[in-house]
Amino acid sequence: MSRLHNVSVTVNGRRYERPAEPRLLLSDFLRHDLGLTGTHVGCEHGVCGACTILVDGEPVRSCLMLAVQADGRELATVEGLTAGGQAGGNELHPLQQAFWEAHGLQCGFCTPGFLMTLVPFLEENPDPSEDEIRHAISGNLCRCTGYQHIVDAVKLAAMAAHGGPEKKG
Amino acid sequence: MKPAPFDYVAPDSLEEALDILARSGGDAKLLAGGQSLIPVMNFRLAQPSLLIDLNRLRGLDAIYMDSALNGPELRLGALTRQRRLERDPLIAERAPLLREAVPYIAHPQIRNRGTVGGSIAHADPAAELPAVALALRARFRLQRSGGDRWVEARDFFLGLFTTVLEPEEMLTEIALPPLPPRTGWSFMEVARRHGDYAQAGLAALVTLDETGRCREARLVYLSVGDAPVEASKAAALLVGEALTPERIAAAAEVASREEMDPDGDIHASAAFKRHLARVLTIRALGAAVARAQREGTR
Repeated sequence: MSRLHNVSVTVNGRRYERPAEPRLLLSDFLRHDLGLTGTHVGCEHGVCGACTILVDGEPVRSCLMLAVQADGRELATVEGLTAGGQAGGNELHPLQQAFWEAHGLQCGFCTPGFLMTLVPFLEENPDPSEDEIRHAISGNLCRCTGYQHIVDAVKLAAMAAHGGPEKKG
Repeated sequence: MKPAPFDYVAPDSLEEALDILARSGGDAKLLAGGQSLIPVMNFRLAQPSLLIDLNRLRGLDAIYMDSALNGPELRLGALTRQRRLERDPLIAERAPLLREAVPYIAHPQIRNRGTVGGSIAHADPAAELPAVALALRARFRLQRSGGDRWVEARDFFLGLFTTVLEPEEMLTEIALPPLPPRTGWSFMEVARRHGDYAQAGLAALVTLDETGRCREARLVYLSVGDAPVEASKAAALLVGEALTPERIAAAAEVASREEMDPDGDIHASAAFKRHLARVLTIRALGAAVARAQREGTR
């Protein structure tokens, strides 16, 4: 085993400090060392998007980063979307609510990755076209929904943020 | 799928990084964006004993204009994230071909980490940036502890994942010379899904003279050989000519038939790749000519 490095990160506003072997992937660090199992691990080579998290506000694959590389960074995972999520709260983020209402998930395995991809996307592009939505989720695989209900959920969330269906033609 | 054990250093300065690289005896890997290196390490196809993380280095991600002998050239630090190329106004203005190609690189999550220099040094023949760099006549700065050299893109790529980079060298900067006036550009590729590796693609540049005839053309392909493939015979067929649909079709025929030797794979036979290359050449040249006529280069 190679030398342990100290990794100090902020995840969803909370500070964590743990020793980590250099080869430990950030996805495994979150799940196994911090107990944040909301981030899912699918392919572990950057194809499926299930492990997408935010690093300093930008969506990245946590399976393609080493835990040691996250030292000093701000991370956001799906647990942070729900108000008070890490503390056991259960108020859904508007996008989560839209996924619920539009049936944007079945088994739910891919959902954390979709959400963490789409939250910054909607911040940057609050009124996306269907094309733009499909483009935005092209790096996330879902084997249940056929994507249609996910696209519907994103439209619903965008519409809700605009104050309801009347405003948008 | 987890990487085999390795030692890890994250130096703060380029000098320190080059020094560690020089002393590592050739078994170290440089970690830039990691979007190709970490997957191959996860598969244990690569098992370096030492990883030199470049992400703490400062000043290697600048995008700026530099005054060179033959006019101002665009400089990109090797650690510039690919995502930034989509948003930087200087790239849109000075390197529109690059701007057009970047969204084809994988997905936003990948481009947030992936770097320009990493993609070029990795030299995947299916990657967009090596082909674009070759089409733009880029030069690369290769630094080593106590020295550096500049290498032209056409001399840099040797073959599959192979470049002229020596084990103790690091690609640190990319220089893009200005395009001549009345130059149009186009980047096109075909992939099975958006963000997948292209089955075939190309970067096309066309420069017209005052009379509207072709002064220069460049056609550089990805995914049809073991390195970026430049079709210079096809390009020569265009020079001095009016770029009619017939002339463009003739050049596309020569490029796809005589100037590439693609390997077929499970999803695309060699013949199909040639077909894609021919059709894409016709479309990309058409788009590049239209742009050269309409807007050209400032």
